[in-house]
Amino acid sequence: MKGMTIIVKKTTQLIAGIIFLYGIYIIIHGHLTPGGGFAGGVILAGSFILLILSNGSDFLNLVREESGSTLYENLAILVFLFLALTGLLAGANAFFANWLPHGTPGTLVSAGFLPLYNIFVGIEVAASILTIFLALIIFKEEVLR
Amino acid sequence: MELAISIIVGFMILGAIYAIHAKDILSAVITGGIVGYSLVICFLLLKAPDLAIVQIVVETITLILMVAVVLDSSRTEAYSKLDTQGWVTAGTAVLILLTLFWFMKTAAAPLDHFGQGSLRMADAYVNGAVEKTGSTNLVTGVVFDFRGYDTLGEATVLVTAVLGVLTILRIRGKK
Repeated sequence: MKGMTIIVKKTTQLIAGIIFLYGIYIIIHGHLTPGGGFAGGVILAGSFILLILSNGSDFLNLVREESGSTLYENLAILVFLFLALTGLLAGANAFFANWLPHGTPGTLVSAGFLPLYNIFVGIEVAASILTIFLALIIFKEEVLR
Repeated sequence: MELAISIIVGFMILGAIYAIHAKDILSAVITGGIVGYSLVICFLLLKAPDLAIVQIVVETITLILMVAVVLDSSRTEAYSKLDTQGWVTAGTAVLILLTLFWFMKTAAAPLDHFGQGSLRMADAYVNGAVEKTGSTNLVTGVVFDFRGYDTLGEATVLVTAVLGVLTILRIRGKK
């Protein structure tokens, strides 16, 4: 897949970082404002997809990128499962028990496990969608070759 | 507000009908986007910004993926005239649709008017959720605390979908 013109390349290189930061903001403020792991994760994946589409497939080593994103995806869902399992170990004896102190509602570090769940679900969603996109692109390049 | 939502839903139906009858698959995919983006406006009017954010981003990325796939295909749809079996199938589908609609209307009659009042189950979620979960965003509180199993299931479905895509597309690549 060939890239686009230099104007598009430079503009997307400027914008992609801001989009990535916005995704991180949506994820870590998920328990305070609208948004959360699913929405923020898709925005994170969107910034990568923007870069790949505009710069062509020579910009990133796609196969290496794909094995990385697959690893992150599986690790994130495992950590999410283990965080939910800690409820069984820690006194409460219930799956998904929110046993961390809740703090004052409205501050960034509050609500116990909810921000952690948001972060790991965000990583998982971002890596999943990026993996599907990369698999489609790599398949197309292999077939065309 | 009901008038605005009715107009938008009518627009969505028009877009869906055009998407069915478009000759070119690319234009069908893009007009299919009308349904998704109108749904975003509906969610915003119904005061559901969480859903609106997810819907607008997912719709955009799905549209990109679909356009990328369609551009490599033949782009023309294979048409066939309806024969007797086709008419029988269409008639059965319409009958089943009418029956299901009638059942839904009967089942929804004793419920509250849309947007007013709340169910017994919802009351337990809405009242005191901030004290129980510590999260000021009620949606996150419900999704990750009260309904944690559902979220785990959703994430697992996503992982399974990726495994399926990799199994189908990357057989030659990973030796």
